[in-house]
Amino acid sequence: MNECYLGIDIGSISTKGVVIDNNYNIITSLYIWTNGNPIGAVRNLVNELKKNIPSNYVVKGIGTTGSARKLIGLLLDANIVKNEITAHAIGTINYYPDVRTILEIGGQDSKIILINSGIISDYAMNTLCAAGTGAFLSSQAKRLNIDINDFSNMALMSNNPVKIAARCTVFAESDLIHKANSGYKLEDIVAGLCKSIVLNYLNNVGKGKKIEGPIVFQGGVSKNKGVVKYFKEVLGTDIIVDDNSHLMGAIGIAILSSKNKSDKIYNLNIKDIDFETKATSCMGCSNNCEILKVFKNKKLVDAWGNRCNKTIKL
Amino acid sequence: MKKLISFPHMADYYVPAKYFFSHILDCDIMVAPPITNKTIELGSKYSPDFVCTPFKFTLGSLIESLEMGANIILQYGGGCRYGYYYQLQDKILKDLGYNFQMINLVTAGKTDIKDIIKKLKMIDCKFSKIKGLYYLLITKKMIEYMDNIDDYIRKNIGFEIKGGELIKLRDQMLLEFSNISGYFNLKKIYKKYYKKIINIKVNKPSKHLKVGIIGELYSVMEKCANYNLEYELASKGVEITRFMNVSYLLFKQNKKVKKYLKELKNVKYKMGANSLDNIYFTKWLCDNKYDGIIHIKSSFCTPEITSMGVINKICKENDVPVIFFSFDANTSEVGVKTRLEAFYDMIEMRKNNE
Repeated sequence: MNECYLGIDIGSISTKGVVIDNNYNIITSLYIWTNGNPIGAVRNLVNELKKNIPSNYVVKGIGTTGSARKLIGLLLDANIVKNEITAHAIGTINYYPDVRTILEIGGQDSKIILINSGIISDYAMNTLCAAGTGAFLSSQAKRLNIDINDFSNMALMSNNPVKIAARCTVFAESDLIHKANSGYKLEDIVAGLCKSIVLNYLNNVGKGKKIEGPIVFQGGVSKNKGVVKYFKEVLGTDIIVDDNSHLMGAIGIAILSSKNKSDKIYNLNIKDIDFETKATSCMGCSNNCEILKVFKNKKLVDAWGNRCNKTIKL
Repeated sequence: MKKLISFPHMADYYVPAKYFFSHILDCDIMVAPPITNKTIELGSKYSPDFVCTPFKFTLGSLIESLEMGANIILQYGGGCRYGYYYQLQDKILKDLGYNFQMINLVTAGKTDIKDIIKKLKMIDCKFSKIKGLYYLLITKKMIEYMDNIDDYIRKNIGFEIKGGELIKLRDQMLLEFSNISGYFNLKKIYKKYYKKIINIKVNKPSKHLKVGIIGELYSVMEKCANYNLEYELASKGVEITRFMNVSYLLFKQNKKVKKYLKELKNVKYKMGANSLDNIYFTKWLCDNKYDGIIHIKSSFCTPEITSMGVINKICKENDVPVIFFSFDANTSEVGVKTRLEAFYDMIEMRKNNE
């Protein structure tokens, strides 16, 4: 029997799953929308992935990352639950051992990871602002009534991107409307938007960081050719975009899961698992902690959000 | 009307503060209720939006005290915007309709003994200087003891075999500190607990991670303001060093700093508050081969924003990873935890690769 490992990256917008073997080759992968329902998305994801795993493979490890990592980790009994920064770095280092800078733009967050001889030496993540993330891009695409898939081709058509205030999503949007209403062409506006994402990212997240090559660009937004083009233009060097750039987090966590394996074999039958969360407001003191209780097969398995253990008994 | 004194919270220093004021002044002292979400909400509601976070916390704390009947409020001023807290808070609270007297003991970071005595006499005309000095010395000792124990706990809590014992003992000690009868009693209690705390078994490997925590004083010391980041990181098995505490601020500052800063030729000007101290801490931590540095500040803290550039440069030169956290009254806790986890992963990977 061959061994394989499942890595799941549950992000704000999309959920990514990947199954790798002992040599870190991808057996199967899937990219679906989270649609605000991480548990439902993971149920679908795992069911689909399960069909594509050859029958001579057994799942020896499950890893979860992304913003819903803790919840899904409980659902799947994951053997490793890790933050997305580490997962992305591990995944990328596996493919590009000499990488120095990872630029990552996802749905809600964007990060920069600096790597020095195979280990993370510095990182930053956007803190307060959504400017320069996929969420901004997709909301603007919707407003301009362009399918997000046509977006990148349209951006490439323009030779003259409009200048858009690259600081804040709200100002960027009013600037966009102004530019559209003063008669600029749609492709110039779309190209300007892609450029503003790049500038926002470099001003916000990349501030004070020394960006050295080889540079790898990943996350959902890396699929947008317009953004890639302007990254190259602004940084003045070539950047690498892997075919699996959207899956890097999931690959990284699957690798970490393989390093952390035990004798346990996972059957991936999560259809029969009854999984429920219940939010309550604790009235123990005026902190009024919002507690989320997680029930698996009607049994309380974990709760979080509490600052003390006054009202929770596991 | 009976005088009822209250003061804003900062970490657990209400114990020595209450001890001191209740002995030198013939008034009742009320400790403000512990900081909770309600405190922060109240504080944010009545504060200017872009004021630094300690202002919001202390204002909330004061409102809660006033609601409970306090009529004299003590505030202190520092060497930055902190120096103007009392004036603005006085005005905000008076506008809200509270009837009280605000007394600012330390103005603009300068400790003027004559001025303090004058102000204390305003509260209690029978205030005696000798009595004040006597209790000041005991209080100083108490703060030192507290900080010593805290330093030890920070270094060892991550390696505790049976969790929670250190914190439990520390809380018991604080409880006994608040009821001491005099200097010798204080010393006895300290020794008793020191022995107990030292004897708690810890399993510290020889090659463990060491992280230094620096930053703006309030956000560093008040665990409600930084989501208990210190213990959160320590619980992953990290030894934490932190210089900033009240004994450093009041009694130990300056001497070491000046000596160290002579070596840093670029630093010529004061940038307010503790920015220079933090640069010195950074240098010290880098020189002593720490695995990482965490810098904590409240949003909009000007002195620290200025020092961040220098700190970043020192860390780059010495190849020590540094991470900056900025806390506001409603920072997302999840974001903080993700960054902290990644920071831990990073320093651990570096350590293993050495």
